[in-house]
Amino acid sequence: MPSIWTFANPTRFMAVTQRLVPAFGGLAALCLIGGLIWGFFFTPDDYRQGATVKIIYLHVPAAFLAINAWFMMLVASLIWLIRRHHVSALAARAAAPIGVTMTLIALVTGAVWGQPMWGTWWAWDPRLTSFLILFLFYLGYISLWGAIDDPDTAADLTSVLCLVGSVFAVLSRYAVNFWNQGLHQGASLSLDAEENVADVFYYPLLVCLAGFLALFVALVLLRTRTEIRARRLHVLRLRERMADA
Amino acid sequence: MPDLGKYALEVGLAYGASAVLLLALVGLSVLRAARVRRQLEKVEARRG
Amino acid sequence: MIRLILRDLALAVRAGGGFGLGLAFFLIVTVLVPFGVGPETARLAPIAPGVLWIAALLACLLSLDRIFAIDREDGALDLLATAPVPLEGVTLAKAAAHWLTTGLPLSLAAAPLGVLLGMPWPGHLWLTVSLLVGTPALSLIGAFGAALTVGLKRGGLLMSLLVLPLYIPTLVFGADVARRGADGLDPGTPLALLGAVTLGCVAGLPFAAAAALRTSLR
Repeated sequence: MPSIWTFANPTRFMAVTQRLVPAFGGLAALCLIGGLIWGFFFTPDDYRQGATVKIIYLHVPAAFLAINAWFMMLVASLIWLIRRHHVSALAARAAAPIGVTMTLIALVTGAVWGQPMWGTWWAWDPRLTSFLILFLFYLGYISLWGAIDDPDTAADLTSVLCLVGSVFAVLSRYAVNFWNQGLHQGASLSLDAEENVADVFYYPLLVCLAGFLALFVALVLLRTRTEIRARRLHVLRLRERMADA
Repeated sequence: MPDLGKYALEVGLAYGASAVLLLALVGLSVLRAARVRRQLEKVEARRG
Repeated sequence: MIRLILRDLALAVRAGGGFGLGLAFFLIVTVLVPFGVGPETARLAPIAPGVLWIAALLACLLSLDRIFAIDREDGALDLLATAPVPLEGVTLAKAAAHWLTTGLPLSLAAAPLGVLLGMPWPGHLWLTVSLLVGTPALSLIGAFGAALTVGLKRGGLLMSLLVLPLYIPTLVFGADVARRGADGLDPGTPLALLGAVTLGCVAGLPFAAAAALRTSLR
């Protein structure tokens, strides 16, 4: 069994992920199409929420990934800061735009769901507000990556920002809780099953969750591969220019 | 087609918006991957 | 470190602009609010604590880029990096100087501006207290943001984007202290939390800012 650090070598990483991207992509397509069709066509309406429960199959997985993409970036940033593996830094960079999209999906589907259920598109509820704040953190992180030319400097600075940002994101979550009481229901997928959603909705939801997760993995791998290539391209072009000069 | 009742607009909007965002994300990722790979191949071919 | 604080203070005073501009900005934002929302006291008084906090936060943001940018331009930052004082200490000293030139005057100026917005009496006191406790955190977070963007040519706008979300906890607790004070409630809990945020920033952010500075100077 090779150590996980062998994949920190870009060449090894490229070789291994070449087959993983289509595999996870296929799995994502399968789960998403299957789960969404199951959820959309073959689940009953909720007795209180009517057909709007069908939004849950998009809303909950997107929200789940919005948070966990940031968490993955945090872990990748730590690995970069401690062990200086370039693949790790590039993976953090690759995950950020996916996290933004997931946050946006969670916010949009939430707003569309909130309109008939709460009578408003948007309320300054702690969960909603936290997601908006998370969205801002993602934007700052991505802009910082884009603003710095030197790749190693950019990786260092964004990693530090990611660490500090994580602390402040958690802090903001509690601050916002303190600041306003919420409309939002509790967790849909907690392990103590007391307040979970009913089984009819639960199983298709799990399939959709798996689909979103596989999509996330496939996209992160694909984008990391792109970043590695872009990095090599950058270096080669620099070398050519040096040779010309 | 299931009967969405009076919430057809909301559900459709949620699915539509999510589909657009997800497809845009996947599309942009794949396009950029292809572009970078082509450029890299060109530069590497030039280096011989 | 004390020497460094004094040097920064002297520079800020001599260059003018240091407190003058921040305070004037604070005043102008506060004066603009009634034009935007209407002159009735009944409408102004409830939003006064929040408005003053946001105005203070923006005034603070304005002067952040000078924390490191000027020293970076004339090369003083490279000297500081090789000085016997560790960069963490330098960051702390810089943030302290920034607080003395912006946070402190802002806190003191907030009470009279509270009168302008028709805040009820005990509110002024709590507003000043909350700003005194909260603005050091603003300076430290700002120093961190400035350290992240010091190597960039047009870092100002990016720095606002990075720094403002980090200001959220301070703003929430700080404005809540002032609001509760103005409503005659007990502001103890948010004040304690605000103090905790500030102390946490003092303890942790100099390290993060110093790490960012070292990278930028490399």
